[in-house]
Amino acid sequence: MPTSITVNGTAHEVDLPSEVPLLWVLRDALNLTGTKYGCGVAACGACTVQIDGEAVRSCQVPLGDVWGDVTTIEGLGTPESLAAIQQAWVDHQVAQCGYCQSGQIMQAAALLAETPQPSDDDIDAAMSGNLCRCGTYPRIRAAIKAAAGMES
Amino acid sequence: MASIGKIARRTFLVGAAAVAGGVAVGAWYVSRPAPNPLRPEGDETALNPFVIIDGEGVTLVAPRAEMGQGTQTTWAALLAEEMDLAWEDVRVIHGPPAKAYYNSAMMAESLPGPAGYARSALQHKLGEMAGVIGKVMEMQVTGGSTAMKDGYERMRATGAAAREMLKAAAAARLDLDAGVLTTEAGAVVAPDGTRLPYTELAAEAAGFEPRDVLLREPSEWKLLGRALPRLDMVAKCTGTETYSIDTRPEGLRYAAVRMSPRRGAMRGFDAEEAEGMPGVEKIVDLGDGVAVIATNTWLAQQAVNAIEVDWGPAAYPETTGAIFDEIEAAFDLDPDSTLRDTGDAETLPEGAQEVTAEYRLPFLAHATMEPLNATAWITAGGLEVWSGNQIPTFVRDACAEAAGVSADSVTLHTTPMGGGFGRRGELDFSVLAVRVARALPNVPVMTTWSREEDMTQDFYRPGAIGRMRGAVQDGTAVLLDASVAGPSTARQALNRWTGFAPGGPDKVHVEGLWNQPYAIPSYRARGYIAPDLQVPVGFWRSVGNSYNGFIFESFLDEMANAAGADPLDFRVQLAEPEWDPAARVLEAVREMSGWPDKPEGTGRGVAMCYSFGTPVACVIEVADEEGEIRIARAWMAADPGVALDPGIIEQQLAGGLVYGLSAAMTGEITFADGAVEQRNFPDYDALRMGQMPRVEVRILERQTHISGIGEPGTPPAAPALANAIFDLTGERHRELPLSRAVRFAT
Repeated sequence: MPTSITVNGTAHEVDLPSEVPLLWVLRDALNLTGTKYGCGVAACGACTVQIDGEAVRSCQVPLGDVWGDVTTIEGLGTPESLAAIQQAWVDHQVAQCGYCQSGQIMQAAALLAETPQPSDDDIDAAMSGNLCRCGTYPRIRAAIKAAAGMES
Repeated sequence: MASIGKIARRTFLVGAAAVAGGVAVGAWYVSRPAPNPLRPEGDETALNPFVIIDGEGVTLVAPRAEMGQGTQTTWAALLAEEMDLAWEDVRVIHGPPAKAYYNSAMMAESLPGPAGYARSALQHKLGEMAGVIGKVMEMQVTGGSTAMKDGYERMRATGAAAREMLKAAAAARLDLDAGVLTTEAGAVVAPDGTRLPYTELAAEAAGFEPRDVLLREPSEWKLLGRALPRLDMVAKCTGTETYSIDTRPEGLRYAAVRMSPRRGAMRGFDAEEAEGMPGVEKIVDLGDGVAVIATNTWLAQQAVNAIEVDWGPAAYPETTGAIFDEIEAAFDLDPDSTLRDTGDAETLPEGAQEVTAEYRLPFLAHATMEPLNATAWITAGGLEVWSGNQIPTFVRDACAEAAGVSADSVTLHTTPMGGGFGRRGELDFSVLAVRVARALPNVPVMTTWSREEDMTQDFYRPGAIGRMRGAVQDGTAVLLDASVAGPSTARQALNRWTGFAPGGPDKVHVEGLWNQPYAIPSYRARGYIAPDLQVPVGFWRSVGNSYNGFIFESFLDEMANAAGADPLDFRVQLAEPEWDPAARVLEAVREMSGWPDKPEGTGRGVAMCYSFGTPVACVIEVADEEGEIRIARAWMAADPGVALDPGIIEQQLAGGLVYGLSAAMTGEITFADGAVEQRNFPDYDALRMGQMPRVEVRILERQTHISGIGEPGTPPAAPALANAIFDLTGERHRELPLSRAVRFAT
């Protein structure tokens, strides 16, 4: 029996077993490929999305357990209409390979919603679950501060 | 012989003819233009393989793979600079695999002769000549930090040639002399202000031969030399960049694979349980592994993991200990190479103090953020493949063979990559996708490796042992006798690429050991190869430099310490008489860090490594936090000759440092029962946000030749860190990863 979920404001009926993680529902069933697969065990943060505004690892949330509205990177902003945090990312030229950045941005957006003026320690605590192999961390930090209106 | 600065379109097409004039007969053969691979259709007119102009605009072809290093942005800037394109109008594509996109710098690296820094201008030109071998072999490769060295003159010449052809077409149309025309923002401008956009002139321009042109002086550059907004930035910040894992052709099916954890044979399997699992469409017997094709990647992963497989034994020793015994035994064989042997390294000078040390480095995984994957679609008409790869001509041919079709019928899409670090210079993941797709003809099938497959089926940075003997006298080094043992990465990789490995010394194995720019009177470097060690090894960011940098620069620190010298002064004194740019990067980090002053409770270490033509110096500061080590700060200085995009260069240097630090802190691949023990990031972690030091980078442009930047940031990371910890604690760590001996703050 199909499961109903709402992603980026659009309702979907998904015909997949209820234990399939949200990550693979988004990527393979809904073709929302902005959310990335990195590890499958909540160790890298590449799959981070928001459910009711809370940052979650979508590889760990079974379809049957999705408890609210899902927001993915595609729902945050578009190339033609960037969200403020995405604009900060572009202004600071954050991405290198870019593969982890959807997750980084979704995590950072949730941090700013909760803590509009984050300290360096707040940023470390919120972002240390999001791995970046290219080493873009300093620009991520700068972009978060810029998006918070606290240019360093 | 034409002057170096005077480069015409035909000299670009003929590779190195203008500088070759009579140097070698081979030049005649390879100087014929390669066929244009772009087969323009409709209203597109191909001026040459790197520039396409159609009614909508100009598309630049950057046939170097984008894996995060910014190569396509700078490659496009080289073309756009001479073409006078407005940056916001620049569009770039990777283009198809083709002979015309050979890498002229790649083969130059394997030239015999002195270390790169000691080459004369003539030898650099000979290096370009050797590059034509890459063309004969159709080596379209992104690797070895060669893209800018390769593209620097060729792409500017191409851009200039295209510009002149457009001007000639405009001159004919306007009945004016081309000399009175100028170009600006994608248009030819006449003295009366008439603007003819390139898009309108393209078709006519193709009928003109360009005249010889002088490349613009750097002082005239508008795009090059400054940090440009990257062309891929908006897509990467909006989730709209299409990596190979995001390929979604209509009707796509998703596959998961399991290959032997011991990299050997498969004796048999039982897939009864998997067959009945949800979403499963096909179980594929690959002969040496199994795959499941399903309607969803996760369902495919569940099913493939439910298959019981009987794996055969490994072709290499079963444990890490036994593997290192074999590496150590290589020291008892004749050296594979002695690429440097100046002075008399056998004899300890009278009154000198001898220093010896042994270093050990582990195997390492690449662990790119995007797990390996590729998509293949086999139809009656041929084969279509989507693969993020660094060697498209090789991938095309290998996929054709795996599908049983001709290379002509393969369409290969080289996508952006979620990290490469050398791993995507391999053929295996593309070929495997084709083998899986053969089981389901006429259906596109994406084969995605789980993180566990990605980590356990890698071609690893080899483990290595360094044995160093040196001597100091009067505060300086008088003798250095360096040797390193390990398996041959180059031979394994070349065998995988081409089916054969040329004989002769393995230069890659000793890079970073034999060619360091230090004037040590007696300096010998020998490489030892464990000839039968079949552990799968491959190119890992900076390759041999990644282990030799640690061995060499840790030992130099030990020598400085034995000599009672300041480690930075010690290096500058040895570098200055040998090669000034190496001394200058050391002086730069001295100034940046305020060396030797340092805050209370901290330790500082320095390292300088010359790799891929670029000297990079690094000072790292560590602090003691209640018994834990925190990497607080890092200062880096590098000299790539010409800084085409300082923003991207800074990213590459700092990013290379982070990659090296991650490995030095915790990176280790171990073997038990023939299988790799690390399976995912919890076992094989990397530096995280909270551990990131403050990094400052300075770029110098003192050396004559443009050199690599994607890899040189990595080698100095580990030795600078270990030297800093020694400065803080007095303990010398000769084995990596350092987490075996120290605790790092999180």
